[in-house]
Amino acid sequence: MSPATTFPLFPHRHLLGIQGLSAADIELLLDRADAAVAISRQPEKKTANLRGRTQINLFYEASTRTQSSFELAGKRLGADVMNMSVGSSSVKKGETLIDTAMTLNAMRPDILVIRHASAGAAALLAQKVGCSVVNAGDGAHEHPTQALLDALTIRRARGALGKLTVAICGDVLHSRVARSNIVLLNALGARVRVVGPSTLMPAGIERMGVQPFTSMTEGLKDADVVMMLRLQRERMAGAFVPSIREYFRYYGLDAEKLKAAKEDALVMHPGPMNRGVEIASEIADGPQSVIEEQVEMGVAVRMAVMEALLDPRRNAGGEA
Amino acid sequence: MTATVFTNARIVDPSRGLDETGAVIVAKGKIEAAGAAAHNQGAPEGAEVIDCAGKLIVPGLIDSRVFVGEPGAEHRETIASASHAAAAGGVTSVIMMPDTHPVIDDPALVEFVLRTARETAIVNIHPAAAVTKGLAGQEMTEFGLLRQSGAVAFTDGRNTIANPLVVRRALTYARDFGAVVALETQDADLTCGGVMNEGLYASWLGLPGIAAEAEIIPLERDLRLARLTGGAYHAAKLSTAVSAEAVARAKADSAKVTAGVSINHLALNEIDVGEYRTFFRLSPPLRAEEDRLAMVEALRSGAIDIVSSSHDPQDVDTKRLPFADAATGAIGLETLLAVALRLHHNGDVPLMRLIDALSTAPARLFGLPGGTLAPGAPADLSLVDLDYPWVVREADIRSRSKNTCFEGARLQGKVLQTMVAGRTVFRA
Repeated sequence: MSPATTFPLFPHRHLLGIQGLSAADIELLLDRADAAVAISRQPEKKTANLRGRTQINLFYEASTRTQSSFELAGKRLGADVMNMSVGSSSVKKGETLIDTAMTLNAMRPDILVIRHASAGAAALLAQKVGCSVVNAGDGAHEHPTQALLDALTIRRARGALGKLTVAICGDVLHSRVARSNIVLLNALGARVRVVGPSTLMPAGIERMGVQPFTSMTEGLKDADVVMMLRLQRERMAGAFVPSIREYFRYYGLDAEKLKAAKEDALVMHPGPMNRGVEIASEIADGPQSVIEEQVEMGVAVRMAVMEALLDPRRNAGGEA
Repeated sequence: MTATVFTNARIVDPSRGLDETGAVIVAKGKIEAAGAAAHNQGAPEGAEVIDCAGKLIVPGLIDSRVFVGEPGAEHRETIASASHAAAAGGVTSVIMMPDTHPVIDDPALVEFVLRTARETAIVNIHPAAAVTKGLAGQEMTEFGLLRQSGAVAFTDGRNTIANPLVVRRALTYARDFGAVVALETQDADLTCGGVMNEGLYASWLGLPGIAAEAEIIPLERDLRLARLTGGAYHAAKLSTAVSAEAVARAKADSAKVTAGVSINHLALNEIDVGEYRTFFRLSPPLRAEEDRLAMVEALRSGAIDIVSSSHDPQDVDTKRLPFADAATGAIGLETLLAVALRLHHNGDVPLMRLIDALSTAPARLFGLPGGTLAPGAPADLSLVDLDYPWVVREADIRSRSKNTCFEGARLQGKVLQTMVAGRTVFRA
């Protein structure tokens, strides 16, 4: 009996978002990911769980980290992995997402991993293809594997997420990472705060299951986890915040602001970091930072997700 | 042309405040008589007699906001295909928007539309001309010459004129020609890439929102300019509660102001967007339920004068895309009446007021023939089974584009027959 079959069956065909997953679904993926961490730490990292399966990574936005993480995850599971970086291929010229999807679908992949600048792109794709779809980030909507890897990192450091206070800081408005994390953390019983300038908060934020703050010292007070978000460069020059230096002064995570949080609070960042914009180097590289751990957990979570979606029992027992 | 007599019909004619059972006599393309008294009038020689068995006869609907793909995007809709869709929906006259390629900003193009309509359309097509050349929001078009060649109104279609001075001059100059300027009001800067109503739903979907203020601010500006100039201003497509209040205030202030709402904003709200359903991407966006209710109330009270379909054909190349990349707009000619009748069946808006807003009021507002069953009027009418239940099916849609918001919707009330100038152009 392979270890994969000892986990309960994941009841979804796609992973399009955290929205729609139960706490049990999330815990299942985290449990599977824990097992995958062990595989990645062995000298022999290759398993045969997805041998013969085809994985296509369809990235409409450049992303070195997420794409290589998915690629490595697939390879460690023994899948054949193909990367379609649409940003640099002829596909970009005029072909619609649906047409590209149909073309790829005709090649009969087992799993499509998509990143796209438009919210809802992964869901649209899932309607049109016959294989499983994993959302690797769609616009400002969701980035479920990021939220799962964040949760795994926290769970491994603190044992459980329930009752922890997590402060998500920065550009919540444009952040798919923030949305996925808000849903996931609420599902697992954490208390969620968001901290940032009001120009970077979505409308109705107070009804999204979080407590909003505009001051870092208040928002971080006694927090167990501080999650920083990336601020896109084009949003710093007067459009949403006046300048980098003003943003760093009020919302950049430095030693002074971090003091408000619990002494052993975890510092997280989904990467890539803008050092000196949203986070000071001394904090990013400091003892509370688990940023590198997050990267390691990323591979494990993606292995877990793909194994769960392509569970061999699903084909045996018909479509779940 | 043979004469027709409709007997035993429930006749609702808002132009005369008439709601009674009677007969409608049509001869030589005109209404000869309509009402209870007409029953006693003899049928003309050789007339076709139709026993309506209590079904409804109303003046043909006049749809004041219809986007057509001809010229330039005939694969989406031609003047002919739009006219067939209109006829099936009980619409006997449409005002066609100038958002075509090329833009209808020149008398020759108005003549092209009228000629094409004469040759291919089965309902009355009235072109509206652009307010500004190329819809660019800068230079005024030739209102006088355009009007003379047959343009019934001026509008920049989907575009909002950003420059208030251009609006002021257009309203002032149009006044001299007795022309209505019909504008949509969506501030491009405030809208800023927004694709749906701003609020919790948009926030969860990760879609940039459009605040109500993006509509209200240019609307308030235009209403003030209407007061200043005395020009006839029509706020073409309102969507928010505050907009309706602003129009009501301007009317009380005796500005020559009227307002319209699309059927979609009376029937749907932001929740209908669901999981990124691009057919529900509209401009203005579908708003909150409170706004929808405010639109219904404004229609009932008369603060909003007319209802349009805002028929806007889009096909797969503009709709089968991620939500934020998709074009705005939905078709609506064929479902306009049946969807509007929901408001009657729910008891929200009386039937008389509804037909007024769909026919009589737009005729009056834009100075068009029709909108009435008074003797001597053109015999533009529809025979309607008020209660007939049906389901909207894509396969039945006559429009060349299928982007309806009502696919699968259960509607009550169906057009049985449509007549334009005494000629039957549709029979169910």
